[in-house]
Amino acid sequence: MSAPTLSKNKARPSPQTDGRAARPERGAFVQALKRNLTAHAFLIGALLCFSLFSWYPMVREFILAFQKTENGETVWAGWSNLTYIFNDPAFWQAWRNTLLFTGLALLLGFAVPFVIALVLNEFRHGRGYLRLLVYLPVMLPPVASVLLFKYFYDPGYGLFNRILESIGLPGQAWLQDTDTAMVSVVIAATWMNMGGATLIYLAALQSIPGELYEAAELDGAGVLRRIWHVTIPQTRLILSLMLLMQIIATMQVFVEPFLLTGGAGPEGATLTVVHLIYQYAFTFNNYGSAAALGLVLLVLLAGFSAAYARLSRAGSED
Amino acid sequence: MSTRTLISPAQLARPRGKVLYWTAFTVVTIVFTLVFIGPLYWMVTSGLKSPQEFAQTPPTLVPDAVHPQNYADAWGVMDLAQLLFNTLYYAFGALAFQLIFDVAAAYSLSKLRPVFGKAILGMMLLTLMIPATVLVVPQYLTVLDVPIVERNLINSPWAIWLPSVTNAFNIFLLKRFFDSIPRELLDAASIDGASSLRTLRSVVLPLSRPILGVVSIFAVVAVWKDFLWPMLTLPDPGKQTVNVGIYSLAASVSENWLLAALAIASLPTLIVFLIFQRNIMSGLTAGSLKG
Repeated sequence: MSAPTLSKNKARPSPQTDGRAARPERGAFVQALKRNLTAHAFLIGALLCFSLFSWYPMVREFILAFQKTENGETVWAGWSNLTYIFNDPAFWQAWRNTLLFTGLALLLGFAVPFVIALVLNEFRHGRGYLRLLVYLPVMLPPVASVLLFKYFYDPGYGLFNRILESIGLPGQAWLQDTDTAMVSVVIAATWMNMGGATLIYLAALQSIPGELYEAAELDGAGVLRRIWHVTIPQTRLILSLMLLMQIIATMQVFVEPFLLTGGAGPEGATLTVVHLIYQYAFTFNNYGSAAALGLVLLVLLAGFSAAYARLSRAGSED
Repeated sequence: MSTRTLISPAQLARPRGKVLYWTAFTVVTIVFTLVFIGPLYWMVTSGLKSPQEFAQTPPTLVPDAVHPQNYADAWGVMDLAQLLFNTLYYAFGALAFQLIFDVAAAYSLSKLRPVFGKAILGMMLLTLMIPATVLVVPQYLTVLDVPIVERNLINSPWAIWLPSVTNAFNIFLLKRFFDSIPRELLDAASIDGASSLRTLRSVVLPLSRPILGVVSIFAVVAVWKDFLWPMLTLPDPGKQTVNVGIYSLAASVSENWLLAALAIASLPTLIVFLIFQRNIMSGLTAGSLKG
């Protein structure tokens, strides 16, 4: 151990002198090499996994989008995959549905958790219990929560129509009606997923200094104005990050419609973009079109992802 | 909590404030309990009903006759022991792989600082920018025929374990935590002659228990909750996870059995959640944003 320590001491001044002109110091070089070999040895497992299952598939996604398979041979397809999907009526329907889902999910999944967090934050009792309740569905296996909702939505013996009828409202066909199918999926998805957002908002609300509310109150601001002028500006960063995150997540929705309606739903009313990717790839074995559609989704979401990365970096530097 | 929030303590202390507070509190508590526990209650009790009672309208709130046998039947017919075992096996395997590879990578990037370290971290974080579902197709093709080694990983646990390592968010969380460990501690260890591995094991890891807990919970929960990927890569019914297995059997068993199966499948996560709720919920807020 003593030799490397010595050379380390000797190597120290070299960066201050002109490193390039100076004679290479063998001790320092060996030391650096050794240090780097150790460091890379620690990285190797993750590097291999990333190469195989992230980086290589990323490159492959681009290549696949411009290839197709003809008579068992993979050939260059140019833009034909893209023109094929643009001419597929399902493409436009899937995008309409996905944007509808995203819009509805934002309406529910963005606003509801914020309101719940606002209310919970005012309570001085039972907060732990209520927080636990809201987060409970997040922990359930999705197959359980989704199939439960499928039973609740059943027009015959389903619980939801019982409840509606008991308060004198007409029953709905829920998942079986093109008008209500997507709304039903969104309600189930919100119930399943909103726990995380609620807890994040709650944490953000707790970090607002009480003096701000005090000052606003002295200025005569009512509750709504306090929310508008204190709460929302103070949580703006988290609100915008969650908004971006929700857009990115909801545009990739798959599991909920897949389990609730088999994916496409009545007349394709719940067919989403990711389900269409799934269909192209795994029902029609058309990997090229699946990859092309994936690229379209990627391009659309890249902007949101970039904005998210930028905002969160700006946030952590504060 | 003594810090003031939207509504001032003085306002709450007034009689009118008190009444409003307790009314709102009671209503919210009841509604939340109904909305979030109600479905679980319905699931557990419907699993106990006979098929006739299950299909009857209006549905009964409390089962007329209790059939615990449904749970035993569901357990046997749907081979839930196998499904649960598979899920546990994949989840804890994924956890082990992530703990070994991701911790080592984060330690290397944070403390050993190799050449290209910044670029490697950047490339890892780049994967967070690509929507996960976009990569499902090329990842599936990779698993069908892994390049260089030319192996097909379909129906093999490796198809779950290895991709789970590519969790840039975990690496980022771990690295940020390691960054906060003072250099001097590591220097002291290396002066004492400890190797990098030794330093990681006896200095860094003991200090990192909280973040390791968070990462572990997320790793296990992610596998437990995943659906699309295990459905694609584990077509063999004997190798499926609870989610996929129950889904593929759903149409072929009677409904009271299915609900019993759902209750059984939910039980492990509920127990884990009730035990670790503090860690899970604080981990969520620590892991997300700012921190």
